[in-house]
Amino acid sequence: MKFGVVTFPGSNGDYDAFKAVAERLGEEAVYLWHKDHDLQNVDVVILPGGFSYGDYLRAGAIARFSPIMQEVAAHARAGRPVMGFCNGFQIACEAGLLPGALLRNDSLQFVCAQVPVRVEASNRFTSGYKPGQVLTLPIAHGDGRYTADEDTLDRLEGEGLVTFRYVSSAGEVVPAWNPNGSARAIAGITNAAGNVLGMMPHPERAVDPLVSTGDGLAMFEAMLAHVGA
Amino acid sequence: MTRYRAAVHITPRRGILDPQGKAVAGALHALGFSSVHDVHVGRYIILELEAQDAAAAERDIRAMCERLLANPVTEDFDIAAITEVAGVTA
Repeated sequence: MKFGVVTFPGSNGDYDAFKAVAERLGEEAVYLWHKDHDLQNVDVVILPGGFSYGDYLRAGAIARFSPIMQEVAAHARAGRPVMGFCNGFQIACEAGLLPGALLRNDSLQFVCAQVPVRVEASNRFTSGYKPGQVLTLPIAHGDGRYTADEDTLDRLEGEGLVTFRYVSSAGEVVPAWNPNGSARAIAGITNAAGNVLGMMPHPERAVDPLVSTGDGLAMFEAMLAHVGA
Repeated sequence: MTRYRAAVHITPRRGILDPQGKAVAGALHALGFSSVHDVHVGRYIILELEAQDAAAAERDIRAMCERLLANPVTEDFDIAAITEVAGVTA
């Protein structure tokens, strides 16, 4: 199984994602250069974290026009998996692969922390977790406040597309544990077809207990179970 | 073709929390400007472009706003002015 990690100018999570796949999961990973038009037959595309194009205009707004994004969009339209972490989530929203937008944290502070995140949906990305399981995942962002209109939020909830939510360490949704003011404490969503995931937390940085938890690894293992080796 | 200069305001949509605006309002209060009760912080973009006429320029700028300059989910845009740049005709 082959994962492709897109490198945009300003990406900084591409190496983490590559290592998570190649070293922790033990599957093939390749870097995909933003100026290329070739996905190199990857099974899964990862849009990594970082500050693509310096977050100019809006986070993810320029990256979405990178040449490779045409192929990423086609890959997504074909129902094949795309995972966007942090800046990757912002890019996926700007590209229209996911609904909504990510705005400046309500605190106006950049947040860098290990936070409890609850698994809200059982889908191809979360099949390695139990429903309601509380993971500990790192976040590191200044623009992570998920925002969408009420109809969109209701639809996301109604169709079970809210995949992760920020919760307290006891697993409850409480404002004090919402690190960025996201609507309905949403930390991650999928599209309606269920093949595009976007999330602000970094599962690719939670694959080694030495530096975080190992809670993110099951997401990559789930891809292996779903797509097959 | 004529060259035009245009100004576009991009502002956070009303009703969406604007923490930057709130922080600026708080700072203004701290300076003693207690008369201020609402601040919103947006962007001001100046463009120069070639177009057949002002109406065509406005159409182009509107498309630019819808596709890139503003995020349709969270922001509103307003084309504040379109003026001819004197002496430049392609």
